[in-house]
Amino acid sequence: MTFGAQLTHLLVILFASIFTENILLARFLGMCSFLSVSRQIKTAVGLGFAVVFVMTFTVGLDWLAYRFVLQPYHIEYFRFILFIVIIAAFVQFVEMAIERYSPVLYQNLGIFLPLITVNCAILGASLFMVIREYGFVEGVVFGLGSGIGWMLAIVAMAGIREKLAHSRIPKGLQGPGITLIIAGLMALAFIGFTGVLSGG
Amino acid sequence: MPGQIRTRDVVINGLWVDNPVFHQILGICSALAVTNLVINTVVMSVAVIFTTALSGFTVSLLRKWTPRVIRMMVETLIIAFYVILFDQALKAYWPDMSRSLGPYVGLIITNCIIMGRAEAFANANPPGISLLDGFFSGAGYALVLIAVSIVRELLGMGSILGIPVPFFSTQLDRWIIMVMPPGAFFTLAVIVWILRSLQQSRSGETGK
Repeated sequence: MTFGAQLTHLLVILFASIFTENILLARFLGMCSFLSVSRQIKTAVGLGFAVVFVMTFTVGLDWLAYRFVLQPYHIEYFRFILFIVIIAAFVQFVEMAIERYSPVLYQNLGIFLPLITVNCAILGASLFMVIREYGFVEGVVFGLGSGIGWMLAIVAMAGIREKLAHSRIPKGLQGPGITLIIAGLMALAFIGFTGVLSGG
Repeated sequence: MPGQIRTRDVVINGLWVDNPVFHQILGICSALAVTNLVINTVVMSVAVIFTTALSGFTVSLLRKWTPRVIRMMVETLIIAFYVILFDQALKAYWPDMSRSLGPYVGLIITNCIIMGRAEAFANANPPGISLLDGFFSGAGYALVLIAVSIVRELLGMGSILGIPVPFFSTQLDRWIIMVMPPGAFFTLAVIVWILRSLQQSRSGETGK
C-alpha cells in the first residue's frame, strides 16, 4: 500500500468508529455509565475525555500484549483476564500520575477514572481489535475513534437530558426509559452517516 | 421455615422486584447487541445465567478466605474463569454461534449484574443461596432480553427462532429498523416502560 492509500484506510477506520460504527449507539457498549452519567454536560465531557484517553492507550497496550505475549505462547483465551488487568493497571497508573502532577486535572477527571475500569466499551474496543485483526496503528486509531464516538454520544445525550429535566414525562418512562428512546433516535441519526463511507 | 421464605424472596427479587434490567438498568451493555435474533439471545442468556450462578457460588464459597482489599480482583478473576470456560466450549462445539456473538461473550466479564450480585449478595451469604440468587438474577435478565429479541425478530424478519410466523412473514412489511441498532433501544424502552408502569401500579407509591 502506498502512503496515501494507507492514510485513507486509517481515516476510514477513524470515521467509521466515530460515526457509522459508533461503539455506543451501534454496538451498545458502555451503556451503564452512559445511562447514569449523562445528566449534565460538564460531567459527561469529563468522563468522555477520560474514555478517549484510556481507550486509545489501552487498545495499543492490549495489542502489544496480545501480539507479543499471548500469541507466541498460544494462550489467546487468556486475553479476557490479561486485558482487564492491563486496563485496571493503566487506569490506576494514570490516576496516580495526574494526582501527582496535575491537581487541577485530577479534580476534574479523577472521579471518573475508577468508573472506567468497569466500562465495557474499553474492554469491548480491545476485543473488537483482536477479532478484526487490526495492526498496531489501525488498533490505536480505532481506539481513538471509538473513544471520540462514545464521548460525542454521551455529551449529546447530556445536552438533551438537561433540556428534558423540565418536561413532563409519563411516570413509567422517566429516567432510563426516555433515555433509551433518545438513544434510539440518536442511533437512527448516526445511521444516516453510513452513506458517506460507501459513497466515498 | 425461614430457609424456604428466603428462597422464595430470592426468586421473586431476581425475577421481578429487583429485576436487574428494568429495575436497575444494569448490564445491558453486553447483551443488547445480540437481541436481533432470538437464538443469539438465548445462547447469551444461558451464558449469563451460567456465569452469575456459578460465580456467585464460588465467591460465596471463598468469601471467608478472601482478604477484603483484593476482593474485587478475586471476584473479577472468578467471573473471567467461568466466561473463558463458556467461550471455549462455544468455540469448540458451536463455532458459528461463537462467531456471530463476536466479542460479546467475553464482555460478560464487565457485565455489572454479575459483579453486582457477587458484591451485594454472594459476599455475605452461604454458597447454596448465592447460587440460587445468581441463577434467578440471571434469569430475570434473560427474560427481558428474550422479550426484546422476540419483538425484534418478529417485526424485523417475520420469524421466531428462524421459523417464519404466518401473518408477520407474509402480510406485514418487515420493519428493517427493528433489526438495526435503534430497534433495540426502542424495544427495550417500551418494555421497560410497560414493566415499570405495572410495577408502580401494583406496589402503589414507592419512593423513586
